[in-house]
Amino acid sequence: MAHDASAHRDEHGHDHKPHGFVNRWLYATNHKDIGTMYLVMALVMFFVGGLMAMVIRGELMYPGLQLVEPEFFNQMTTMHALVMIFGAVMPAFVGLANWMVPMMIGAPDMALPRMNNWSFWIMPFAFTVLLLPLALKVFFGIGAGGPAGGWTLYPPLSLQGGDSVAFTIFAVHMMGISSIMGAINIIATILNMRAPGMDLLKMPVFVWAWLITAFLLIAVMPVLAGAVTMLLTDKFFGTTFFSASGGGDPVMFQHIFWFFGHPEVYIMILPAFGVVSEIIPTFARKPLFGYKAMVYAIASIAFLSFIVWAHHMFTVGIPLGGELFFMYATMLIAVPTGIKVFNWVFTMWRGSMTFETPMLFALGFVIMFTIGGFSGLMLAIVPADFQYHDTYFVVAHFHYVLVTGAVFSIMAATYYWLPKWSGRMYNETLGKWHFWLSTVFVNLLFFPQHFLGLAGMPRRIPDYNVAFADWNLVSSIGGFGFGLSQLIFAYIVWDCVRNQSLAKAADRVWEGARGLEWTLPSPAPYHSFATPPVIEDRMLAHADVAH
Amino acid sequence: MGVLLARGRARRSGNGWWVGRVPGPASRYMDLNWRRVFRMGGVMKRIGTIYLRLASAALALGFSLPSLAAVERWKLNMTPGVTEVSRQVYDIHMTILWICIVIGVLVFGAMAVAIFRFRKSRGAVAATWSHNDKAEVVLTIVPVLILVAMAWPATQVLIHMADTRNAEMTIEVTGYQWKWGYRYVDSDVSFISSLARNSDDTRQLGSGLSPDQVKSYLLDVDRPLVIPADTKVRFVITSGDVIHSWWVPALGWKQDAIPGIINDQWTLVKEPGIYRGQCAELCGKDHGFMPIVVEVKPKTEFAQWLAAQQNPDAAAAAAAIATTAEPVAAAAAPGQG
Amino acid sequence: MGQSESHDPNLYYVPHGSRWPIVASLALFTTMLGAALSLNHSAGGGVLLVLGVLALVGMLFGWFGDVIRESIHGFYNRQVDISFRMGMIWFIFSEVMFFAAFFGALFYARMFSVPWLGGDGDGVLTHEYLWQGYSAAWPTNGPLKVGGAFETIGAWGLPFLNTLLLLSSGVTVTIAHHALRAGARGRLLVYLGATVLLGAAFLYFQATEYYYAYHELGLTLGSGIYGSTFFMLTGFHGLHVTLGTVMLIVIWARCAKGHFSRDQHFGFEAVAWYWHFVDVVWLGLFLFVYIL
Ligand code: HEA
Ligand code: HEA
Ligand code: CUA
Ligand SMILES: [Cu+2]
Repeated sequence: MAHDASAHRDEHGHDHKPHGFVNRWLYATNHKDIGTMYLVMALVMFFVGGLMAMVIRGELMYPGLQLVEPEFFNQMTTMHALVMIFGAVMPAFVGLANWMVPMMIGAPDMALPRMNNWSFWIMPFAFTVLLLPLALKVFFGIGAGGPAGGWTLYPPLSLQGGDSVAFTIFAVHMMGISSIMGAINIIATILNMRAPGMDLLKMPVFVWAWLITAFLLIAVMPVLAGAVTMLLTDKFFGTTFFSASGGGDPVMFQHIFWFFGHPEVYIMILPAFGVVSEIIPTFARKPLFGYKAMVYAIASIAFLSFIVWAHHMFTVGIPLGGELFFMYATMLIAVPTGIKVFNWVFTMWRGSMTFETPMLFALGFVIMFTIGGFSGLMLAIVPADFQYHDTYFVVAHFHYVLVTGAVFSIMAATYYWLPKWSGRMYNETLGKWHFWLSTVFVNLLFFPQHFLGLAGMPRRIPDYNVAFADWNLVSSIGGFGFGLSQLIFAYIVWDCVRNQSLAKAADRVWEGARGLEWTLPSPAPYHSFATPPVIEDRMLAHADVAH
Repeated sequence: MGVLLARGRARRSGNGWWVGRVPGPASRYMDLNWRRVFRMGGVMKRIGTIYLRLASAALALGFSLPSLAAVERWKLNMTPGVTEVSRQVYDIHMTILWICIVIGVLVFGAMAVAIFRFRKSRGAVAATWSHNDKAEVVLTIVPVLILVAMAWPATQVLIHMADTRNAEMTIEVTGYQWKWGYRYVDSDVSFISSLARNSDDTRQLGSGLSPDQVKSYLLDVDRPLVIPADTKVRFVITSGDVIHSWWVPALGWKQDAIPGIINDQWTLVKEPGIYRGQCAELCGKDHGFMPIVVEVKPKTEFAQWLAAQQNPDAAAAAAAIATTAEPVAAAAAPGQG
Repeated sequence: MGQSESHDPNLYYVPHGSRWPIVASLALFTTMLGAALSLNHSAGGGVLLVLGVLALVGMLFGWFGDVIRESIHGFYNRQVDISFRMGMIWFIFSEVMFFAAFFGALFYARMFSVPWLGGDGDGVLTHEYLWQGYSAAWPTNGPLKVGGAFETIGAWGLPFLNTLLLLSSGVTVTIAHHALRAGARGRLLVYLGATVLLGAAFLYFQATEYYYAYHELGLTLGSGIYGSTFFMLTGFHGLHVTLGTVMLIVIWARCAKGHFSRDQHFGFEAVAWYWHFVDVVWLGLFLFVYIL
């Protein structure tokens, strides 16, 4: 039945891919090609940011300075975060959205295909601008290197940054433009391009998650743009937004930044929730538990994310009432997030589970993200945060939610949909190796950082007292192991795309998979649904919500 | 339950690196000489360096190993600290930690059961149900109750911490890149406190010196802040350049130092001792190298010390016999950096 | 560009390959690089900046030219039209949030930082230790009187005139819209033209106001937090009015060429929405920057 729709489309035979590199990639308007470019760029950036992390872990392996000067260390920390967040995780999710959203809702392509291309192609240039000062310094010894004030760009420190400041700010502007256009496109696609019968409350959770994420992006990226614009004028045009001498306040920047920054961290996790909500039902062979609750939970998290920003600033000296408000609001987020975690567990309960690589990563996600969530909750408790703040406890927290959360979900999604993209089955044995090595090493890498933080090690320092030596060594070893394990991932993907001798993937790649994307052939045809498919509820994963 | 557990642990927990007791006579002597050596010029300095080398060698040989071995390695948890507030904070920390652990055990336990029982390879057949409103409601309400239980003590402690009234003395703390300025507001004493020289030499890239050989590596200063025991001391904290953060874990809080703005906090330490901390807000290249050392002296000793600081001549004389205190004149000279 | 199959009104038109986005990215890159270099006083920065901006403008003509051609050829069905509408609405929402950041700065300064510096509430100690003698007031250029003495611009002179101008431009553009729907080309062109003129007049008066502020009142971008927020808000608004006016001019030309039909004129509506948005932001500015 499902195949009829696609067969019908294939008869028309308009599947002509444009020929030549320039036509196919530079002039691309196809959601799959653009999705691929996003994903490739994300992987490259993950390696770039990862190499910077290796410099950090290398320097922190032993007490004393062995590799780099403190100033350069700070540049590594700053760029590592910017590259990972804006270059790896966000583009990876946008790439997944590009590939999957049209296929999941029965659309021919994204709503605004030309703008889609622009959203992508801004990014490589944005990162050229961002990385230029650092690259000039590292490779040619020109200038003073990149920004070193932390990814949070707090003034007045970030304004001391010399020539790199303007580059960083303009790069952030470019990334903002890109993200906003990408988000607009996703919203327009989801709201306007659904095939008849794909009601809002029948959409896959991944699509829902992206709809809400896109809204968050449009709401907060401009605020970041505003914040860095004020930094720019403070540095170059004599304004005093962030200087008390002129009636401004350095803390004001932090408020504006975190008004962006907190929703930003949910921008990096809501699509992950979506991915996991697709994968677990597939491999449990059982419908997602509490679909509607899952959707409402995402919406509540998004709403709450706008009123908790000052939990990053508990120690800046906020009036008591403010501290209490932000503490309570932040703690509330545990409720909808808990609903998600519980529902994933209920989905597994009484299922019929198998453990292919995507499922392994999804399960790893649920456990380790929850660990990160717990430490987040602890950070929300103001008096305790007075101790935790700006220590490695925080570093441990956000790497659990970002690496074993966001990044693990991206890996899960890649394994899950790679056969659909390439038409071939990836090497499952290697995939399992990748999962287990990553999981062991990543915990070796980040779990001890909880101990370091509690024992009193501040973050963003290149050197430390010998009391911290042992756990740092463990963490560094875990870091190198985790980094090297990612080479397996790169190999698997390469192999799956290139190796003609791999087994051909079925259309419905996974036994328990439901949803429109599995009704298409593997590899998915160049135009997903040139004509809208005729949808029957049983093709969908969430059509049984009616009762 | 968490609270009970927490209390139990609190008593058992040993001293971390920051909660040194007042050093014994032997190590004091060592300490004093090291500092002296660094302040001698010319030939004396070179002799001093040799002496330092010898001393380090002696240290390595176990001469004064006790003081170094006091560094607790492989440490896992937060310090309960030395004030009422810090112990309350510690209790909250332990409470919420245990709550999280218990929830974690339940959730992960359920997952583990599911993973082992409901696997296809064991012949499990998937059920088809997909929601249960009662369960959803319960699993919304129970977490809310747990959160209230966490928020309640936190609110109490926070209110307590915010109360800086009735302080018996006030100290102004100013962060600079990369040192701390202290001013005893009521008694016209002020000085700069920066990273101790031996740490500073050792931490240079490729210094060839070993951090293991330096006592309180990166956690020692030329002039510690001295405060009286058993006294409510208020700190007013600000900065002269970029944002810093003043943090001594044993006191239970950190407070950002913001240029142009004053923040305040307070502490009341019962027991004399030396407590160490670090700048906790990225403030440029030497952010990792602006430690904080607070020396808590008995009230009377503190009064003597303060009097000596107010009178530089007397202070110079006193320096000859003083232990960790340094003459104001020396402090007035610009610190490193 | 277009494909024959896309004439089918039931099919969503997916353009096949366009060179404009990559040109746009390169242009943006050149612009940003040029801006960064010239702020750092590097040779060639200014040239790059100008080249980049020119390329951006050229790109816009090319890109929209394609869109207009496709539209005229009837490639766009109702669904495509809705996508464009959503695109514009969410773009305007992002602009609202951009202004929200600057309004946020203004409110924060007025409600928190300035009173605190003056010793209010949580600021007692700040006042006692650092800025004794500073009393909170608005306008202010802070305890150090950054930028020296200045005077502010009264709300009921030029700003009020500008309010009237923008409000009436909102009316004229609406009349133009009605004219378009009624198929009254002459009326459409007159009222749309009037809107352009009103926008231009607004800009002229704002430029006058700026000149006056800088040369007579001592009020500059560097006049502490007041000058910062004043020029940031009004400046970015002015930039948007400029953009809107240019867009109106283009639309006027397109109307003159007869691009729009009575029921198919999204280009016109998009610009009208944008203009209303600029209008509403101004009302906020007038209230919070000038009056209060
Ligand atoms: C993907 C990214 C991501 C995610 C999802 C989160 C999720 C959360 N974060 Fe995190 N956070 C970051 C990324 C993220 N964070 C980053 C990058 C920083 C540092 C930025 C910087 O300074 O550089 C940071 C910092 C940070 C701080 C500031 C710390 C400091 O600097 O002092 C705080 C404080 O409140 C916090 C809290 C939380 C909370 C409460 C959640 C919650 O959403 C977590 C909710 C989840 C759970 C609680 C687990 C599952 C729930 C259950 C099983 C239900 C039952 C549980 C209970 C009732 C207890 N985070
Ligand atoms: C999504 C975001 C993200 C991701 C994925 C990561 C991934 C990693 N981070 Fe990240 N990190 C942040 C976001 C992220 N981080 C943020 C926001 C900060 C705060 C910055 C600030 O304070 O301003 C931070 C800060 C931060 C610190 C603290 C620095 C400091 O305070 O001074 C450390 C220290 O260990 C660290 C380590 C790592 C490591 C080891 C990884 C690893 O997961 C990386 C693994 C990947 C690779 C290694 C690349 C692939 C492999 C190769 C290229 C092969 C070659 C490998 C070898 C030679 C071994 N990060
Ligand atoms: Cu001072 Cu960090
Ligand atoms: Cu947050």
